[in-house]
Amino acid sequence: MDGLIVYVDGIGFWAPGLEDWPHAERVLNGEAFAIADANAKPSPASLPPAERRRAPEPVLLACEAASQACAMAARDPAALASVFASTSGDLAITDAMCATLAADPRELSPTRFHNSVHNAPAGYWTVAMHCHATATAISAGAASFAAGLFEAAIEIASEGEAVLLAAYDIVARGPVAEVAPSVVPFASALVLSGKRSERSRACLKLYRAASEPTTPAPLAALAGNPMAVQALPLLAAIASKQSARVVLSAGAGSTLIAEVTP
Amino acid sequence: MPTRIAPLAITACTATSALGHGRAAHAAALRSDRGGLRANDFTGTALACAIGRVDGLETAPLPSAMADYDCRNNRLAWKGLAADGFLDAARAAIERYGAERVALVVGTSTSSIGATEEGYRDLDDGRMPARLRHPQLHTPHALGLVLEAVLGTRGPCLTVATACSSSAKIFAKAERMIRLGIVDAAILAGVDTLCDSVLFGFNALELVAPEACKPFDAGRAGISIGEAAGFALVERDGAASAPRLIGYGESSDAHHMSTPHPEGLGARLALDDALARAGLSPADVDYVNLHGTATIKNDEVEAALIADVFPPRLRASSTKGFTGHTLGAAGILEAAITLLAMENDLVPATLNSRTPDAACGPQIAFAREERTIRIALSNSFGFGGSNCTLAFARGALQ
Repeated sequence: MDGLIVYVDGIGFWAPGLEDWPHAERVLNGEAFAIADANAKPSPASLPPAERRRAPEPVLLACEAASQACAMAARDPAALASVFASTSGDLAITDAMCATLAADPRELSPTRFHNSVHNAPAGYWTVAMHCHATATAISAGAASFAAGLFEAAIEIASEGEAVLLAAYDIVARGPVAEVAPSVVPFASALVLSGKRSERSRACLKLYRAASEPTTPAPLAALAGNPMAVQALPLLAAIASKQSARVVLSAGAGSTLIAEVTP
Repeated sequence: MPTRIAPLAITACTATSALGHGRAAHAAALRSDRGGLRANDFTGTALACAIGRVDGLETAPLPSAMADYDCRNNRLAWKGLAADGFLDAARAAIERYGAERVALVVGTSTSSIGATEEGYRDLDDGRMPARLRHPQLHTPHALGLVLEAVLGTRGPCLTVATACSSSAKIFAKAERMIRLGIVDAAILAGVDTLCDSVLFGFNALELVAPEACKPFDAGRAGISIGEAAGFALVERDGAASAPRLIGYGESSDAHHMSTPHPEGLGARLALDDALARAGLSPADVDYVNLHGTATIKNDEVEAALIADVFPPRLRASSTKGFTGHTLGAAGILEAAITLLAMENDLVPATLNSRTPDAACGPQIAFAREERTIRIALSNSFGFGGSNCTLAFARGALQ
């Protein structure tokens, strides 16, 4: 096969102090940036106020980036199928839940448990957006971004509809942090379409081939987030508004090539 | 509405659950109404409920070369892979097509969280104990990593983790990859294991029955949790007698994290899309393997949907009374059971259930029946309002 072609119609971005794509784009093109507060959290207007306060962090990150991307693409989120990608899911809940289970399993909170599923961000998003389209939560370890991007492109090519991709990792807590490290939160989202439009900011041609991944990821301030490391080479290429060939790690020595054109 | 898809051949399939190791054990249990649930003997802290436990995992570690992957979920994957010659069939497909041309798409909800729980029970000076200090044991993708290491696939490899629809949705992912020519075959796996988070978590939600679950019974009191491993090999072509994946539908309820849409809207959308992809109408369907968890809400909503959509001749049953609700593995386990039902001209009983809920139409089979099944569906619904319906045909369509 020759590759899957998708157009990037909207981009969302959130990291502490880097709270939208226009700012991220400037930083990826060389503007100075340092993380001020690695514990900051977004407060996505797309969620009802109560959820904004109490929803788990991956939900906040994913919904913030996703709604930015939908707004930039001028797409109704209710109509978009979605792919939610995270390396490790909700490591804060994993830590809290495992600590409770070790101490007294009968004390486990029902809300914490139902929020522990990997598709919690997909669930909160589809509820808040009244979206009945399919939503898929995936992980592929250090290849989660490539796997999510490829899955989104596959759904576009096979179903003929635009797809929202959200990719995020929160900060790890407690003993699990040693085996699943992440020290700064990061989220990005792309609205991808199979057809070029006046909203299209970049074209991606995606195919799998053996190659050497593009390293190191730009934006050293976010190097402590696994998803940022996976996603930033592609985001930097889009920000540059130049043609580029980005090689994303796709697991077990495989790579996903993204040929980026403005 | 989606358009019709070309059927895919399911050239190998296997299941391991509380009913036993492999297809023959499952067929024998279904033919004799012999369930696999037992009183909870798994949790360290007492919890009065029934569980669907796979025997022998405690004394069956992974081979020493794989020791860094050793945990209950991966042990169950390893055990399940060995049944029905599935490992050989998968390796033959990799040989035939090339490792890059075979995808590995896995579905799980628990993944290896049991290993993380164990680490927290056994912390060594605040750290994960050395035997569990392996990143590949503490990730939602643990199942994908261990199977990729065992099988040597080099095509796309990803874990779908959408709670209890996880290993149903993997069939949809594989069909699209094959249709687009990205791969020639896909190895599908769904594995979930018993662990404290699911047992005490569902218990905290007041969704666990004190005794073996009774799907669609007026007196049902919740789920029984089980564990399972299921595998399927799907290819573009296969023997005329090989069962076919003929459709699927995926949707979101957009209602609530852990309660189904009251009118079953998402479930209906998934069903409609599955039928549209299969090019079928409800009257063409012979059997539906229901999600049928035995929670008050799920069964009420699903029973009403079946009664509304299908003619009375349809047969539908839940096999959760045999295996328990195997969560992220339920999609592929029940796909395997659906294929066995077709192959054996058997409508499995809705085990443990006697008094139909008022919402049940005549379609729901409480007792086992002998019946030719040419076209069958399987429903899987999960937290987050994630729905998936799969459609299967007994062999190549005429």
